[in-house]
Amino acid sequence: MSIGLGHYLTVGAILFVLGVFGIFLNRKNVIVILMSVELILLAVNINLVGFSAALGDLTGQVFAMFILTVAAAEAAIGLAIVVIYFRNKGSIEVDDISTLRG
Amino acid sequence: MIATLAFYAFAAVLIGSAVMVVSSRNPVHSVLFLILAFFNAAALMLIAGAEFLAMILVIVYVGAVAVLFLFVVMMLDIDFVRLREGFQRYAPIGGAVGAVLFVELIFVLGAWRFASDAADLRINPTPGGSVSNTQAIGRILYTDYILLFQLAGLVLLVAMIGAIVLTLRARPGTKRQNIDAQVNRTGSVGLVQVPMGAGLREMGILRPPEPDAPKPIAAPADHGGHH
Repeated sequence: MSIGLGHYLTVGAILFVLGVFGIFLNRKNVIVILMSVELILLAVNINLVGFSAALGDLTGQVFAMFILTVAAAEAAIGLAIVVIYFRNKGSIEVDDISTLRG
Repeated sequence: MIATLAFYAFAAVLIGSAVMVVSSRNPVHSVLFLILAFFNAAALMLIAGAEFLAMILVIVYVGAVAVLFLFVVMMLDIDFVRLREGFQRYAPIGGAVGAVLFVELIFVLGAWRFASDAADLRINPTPGGSVSNTQAIGRILYTDYILLFQLAGLVLLVAMIGAIVLTLRARPGTKRQNIDAQVNRTGSVGLVQVPMGAGLREMGILRPPEPDAPKPIAAPADHGGHH
């Protein structure tokens, strides 16, 4: 049995669900939540590459690269916010962070 | 056959390390498992034929993003035990949401198929022959998708500036060199014409000073000074 689109979609789906699960599981730890978001974006990338390979269309790989860009920018900004929040408050609990709302 | 076995092996390690990322007790271990997951995802992309994207994944995710996570986790002095309170409490609801989502995704996967003319609807068909994956992506990325490419660069620029602006701070009490004030100061420095061949004594500078005499506070203004 050769590797087809279904295999890639299954791996992507499992990875996506694990990322969502991680967000719920680590409700208090922003850093692990950011890592879970990275896992979700990785799942999307795997889906795009799987479709790209199955269809023989390069557009999926180009889109995956743009997602990579956005993921890198998101990680940089998110971690910068975590760093300054920790500097000001001395903790990174999500429950405290909700005070960031005006 | 070997590709099939490799796919299953890499997929298994990828999913296992993803589980460890979300459930690990120590965030440093989470980051290390995240790096392992990225490597295995890159291997999966290699099997799919997306060589360029696989290498970019290793460079960007492992080389930049994961190291950034590692820095932040190690630099901040966080009480991780407190952050794990409620781990058990949130696990059931997270598992329920995850299970529902997974079942829905399986439904989508089962009830879905390609359009009959999908092969004709391709926008950028993979070129055959001797054109490599990197070459093919470059050909469309810098032509058809040049605006998106520039926009991606702009996103990165904004992210860079944002991260710098957010984390840069002026600490009170630190002394720094103020080059503007240094260059613009007047009055304390001047050019004077000194008589040719005159010694220090003729110019009014006594040297060496007497051992018990107080040191001269400042040289006379019209004799210049050391800068």
